[in-house]
Amino acid sequence: MTKRQLWLRFIAHLDLPLLLGIGLLLLTSLLVLYSADNASWGKPLSQMVNIVAAFTCMWLIANLPLHYLMRTAVPIYVLGMVLLIGVALFGEISHGARRWLNIGVATIQPSELMKIGVPLMMAWYFEKNEASLTLKNYFIAALLLLMPVALIARQPDLGTALLISASGFYVLFLAGLSWRVIGGMFVAAIASAPVLWSMMHDYQRHRILMLLDPSQDALGKGYHTIQGMIAVGSGGILGKGYLNGTQTHLDFLPERTTDFIFAVYSEEFGLLGNLILLAMYFFVIGRGFIITANASTYFTRLMAGSITLTFATYAFVNMGMVSGILPVVGVPLPLISYGGTSMLTLLLGFGMLMSIETHKKLVKT
Amino acid sequence: MNKSVELKNHQREIFYFRLRLAISIGFVLVLLAILLTRFLYLQVARHDYYQTLAESNRISVVPIVPNRGLILDRNGVVMAHNYSGYTLEITPNKTKDLEATINDLATLVEITTKDRKRFKKLLAESHNFETLMIRNRLTDEEVARFAAQQYRFPAVEIKARLFRDYPYADQTSHLIGYIGRINQTDVEQLEENDLAANYRGSDYIGKVGLEQSYESELHGTTGMEQVEVDSGGRAIRMLSRTPPSSGNTLVLSIDAKLQKIAVEAFGNYRGALVAIDPNNGEVLAFVSKPGYDPSLFIDGIDPQSWDELNNSPDVPLNNRALRGQYPPGSTIKPFMALAGLYYNTRSPSRTISDPGYFTLPGSGHQYRDWKQGGHGSVDMFKSIVISCDTYYYGLATEMGIDNIFNFLSRFNFGKKTGIDLEGETSGLLPSQEWKMKRYKDKWYAGDTVSVGIGQGYNLVTPMQLAYAVATLANNGVGYKPHLVKEIRSARSNESRMITTQPEPDLKIDPAHLDLVKRAMAAVTQPGGTAAQAAAGAPYHIAGKTGTAQVVGMKQGEKYDASKLDERHRDHAWFIAFAPAEQPKIALVVLAENGGHGGGTAAPIARKVFDYYLLGKEPKPLADDAAQEAEHD
Repeated sequence: MTKRQLWLRFIAHLDLPLLLGIGLLLLTSLLVLYSADNASWGKPLSQMVNIVAAFTCMWLIANLPLHYLMRTAVPIYVLGMVLLIGVALFGEISHGARRWLNIGVATIQPSELMKIGVPLMMAWYFEKNEASLTLKNYFIAALLLLMPVALIARQPDLGTALLISASGFYVLFLAGLSWRVIGGMFVAAIASAPVLWSMMHDYQRHRILMLLDPSQDALGKGYHTIQGMIAVGSGGILGKGYLNGTQTHLDFLPERTTDFIFAVYSEEFGLLGNLILLAMYFFVIGRGFIITANASTYFTRLMAGSITLTFATYAFVNMGMVSGILPVVGVPLPLISYGGTSMLTLLLGFGMLMSIETHKKLVKT
Repeated sequence: MNKSVELKNHQREIFYFRLRLAISIGFVLVLLAILLTRFLYLQVARHDYYQTLAESNRISVVPIVPNRGLILDRNGVVMAHNYSGYTLEITPNKTKDLEATINDLATLVEITTKDRKRFKKLLAESHNFETLMIRNRLTDEEVARFAAQQYRFPAVEIKARLFRDYPYADQTSHLIGYIGRINQTDVEQLEENDLAANYRGSDYIGKVGLEQSYESELHGTTGMEQVEVDSGGRAIRMLSRTPPSSGNTLVLSIDAKLQKIAVEAFGNYRGALVAIDPNNGEVLAFVSKPGYDPSLFIDGIDPQSWDELNNSPDVPLNNRALRGQYPPGSTIKPFMALAGLYYNTRSPSRTISDPGYFTLPGSGHQYRDWKQGGHGSVDMFKSIVISCDTYYYGLATEMGIDNIFNFLSRFNFGKKTGIDLEGETSGLLPSQEWKMKRYKDKWYAGDTVSVGIGQGYNLVTPMQLAYAVATLANNGVGYKPHLVKEIRSARSNESRMITTQPEPDLKIDPAHLDLVKRAMAAVTQPGGTAAQAAAGAPYHIAGKTGTAQVVGMKQGEKYDASKLDERHRDHAWFIAFAPAEQPKIALVVLAENGGHGGGTAAPIARKVFDYYLLGKEPKPLADDAAQEAEHD
């Protein structure tokens, strides 16, 4: 085999437009991390390691034929549930929440696995019952969603629980859940808000209250929100320039390499930078929708749609939280924030999208 | 017909799906529009407002580091405290030429090579914006000299700081430990435990010893000062202040005077001593010799001192009392005797005839007694008094390793005592299962023989042995040993007493206890192995000597201390409690390469007993002479 053939085989199952969008976002990530880490190479370098590791996994998944992908649904879901129950029973408490499970060699956060596991399982379930979908099937699919969500919500990790709910809801929606039921759920959600409120932990209520009036607790819980808004707002149209963000470099911004990295970006690159960032996200999301529209089977359509919509949700929730229209829920900015776990989860999702796109010709008859 | 329906259905399905997909795209566009609107609002409409806020973002929160708690002995004697002093600090990224700045400084205040090396180390570990210490403990004169020239050094400042001081220095280094600068590992640890906020501004954290294990009590709560800062970050005025609250004071069960006497009683010997009040588990003295100067570590040890400490053949950094694992030697015999009585392997009156060695049936290998020619006729009482090896070779063989393991584990051999220091090792109580796991080999009868005199696979730490002795002294009721007996709050006058509940009673037959304790009391009477050390004491000591072999002897070879390299001589053990009838103190002495327990270790114990029970302090000169005599 020539070098060229090898190369062609290597990229055979990579979707090039998607790869381009992801690559641009990851380059942006390294650029912003260098600034956020006070012009040091520490964080960018270890982020590169995360990226390489996650890319390898993405490539492997992208090369996995669809029927294999489907076959992983049940094992992943069951494993995730077992681990979640394990966390509830034997999990390690850190920062007042029980989210981590020590499995001897490492501590893992099973809720992260379920970000993929839940939509995968639901899509698998709908595919199995495609021929005769009744309301009962939607109900069972909803149960598949609610069981892990309940376990995660009581850890408590409300942010992740809501995001997984969203990804599950997208599967239900794309699977054709009737508008009447959706309307009913919407009404029920509003009606249950007071009940939810009474079940929340103090810190969670605090975060929601702070959103309404962050200045109430300017040096406590509202600090994150206020400093984030100041950073974004002071960036103006053109930004303060790379490495010149005062909020960032005078240490006013908390968690600036992780959840609040968007504030660093926005302060230094301004509205123009934000537009470019939104364009990059929309490019990736748009490609995701095209893949979804062309997907060959029911399972892959649901899966691709859910992955794409979830990715969009993550980006929206993070930017909304930093700019002060959503409560601080601890969601990283996808592909930009520092962190290995979320990088891996995201690129696994993209690996699936690529597999769906590049294997469809083999399935279509 | 059917096919066309299916096809139609399929097409309808695709149509509905694409409809939903189109709605999804609409949804995403709405989200983007929301964000865009928000960005326009913040970055265009309200830009001026936030711009002003950012420029005058001048409310800075400055942490105020609390004073670290004191450590006192049981009588209120200070064992660790803080004193204020001045340091000279440099902010490296504000200097043009760091080397030149330091050289200039050296003309004003003394900066030694050690200071420079330490600074280099700090520099390598630090971030850009930090200020780093170049000199500590400036004299008043040096402060004045630098203050006059300060204008020449924009990147250098004098800071008033509290220093930690350990008055007993190397005598308590393994007990009190030390604090040191917070490093990357500490930071990760703190973040994991959600404590990072309380350590904002703190430079030091307990690294070993009590400073480490009681870090959460000693550190205190960091205060906050809200200050207005100008654009350069300098404070202009204070807006509000939450005062810090100092760390709690630890009151130890240790008696500082007793500790000092114990350390000095060792003379030049290396070793360990642990003394416990058997009635409540309070540790009275905790010695590991040699110690080291803990103040070396506080601001980062310079490489030269580190090499010296680390490469010293005396291993001063090893906490022998807590982590040293040694064969227990003959000190195991009282416990073996109790086991023999418990399993009814030996009645007290049964005598054996000791020819000076023991052989297993069908084997020619001789397990020798320490006394050539043997002790003649020996019963259980005598076996302890004269420390007859042959008796215990036989007893252990008859009892079997399983019984030995079960009985000794009740005295906590092979397990950590759970004392309030980190890093304790668990010693080793061998069993068949252990040997299979460790050596993939079965247990042989010969293995049991050596275990009988504490010279086989078994290993103990001085701490562990002290717990076992205290439990024996207290008739089978043990208390988890602890060093801290009270924690006093610095703010209020509240204090918490730390007491431990007794462990479950081992329920040893009183007759068995009586026999073993009487025999141990006879050890310090004329004819016993520690008679000389106890001579003239107005109270009774119950004890047992022991020696732990450092190098093995060949069959038929004779142990001759004078021919051996000093570091290959046997370790000397002495375990004891006093007064024998109503014990108030139980202790373990280990003198490394001390030879015989009665000659080296027991006299150390005697000095500790004399002070604790009689208040008698050793006369330095005369006692040293006596020790020399015993040594010969």
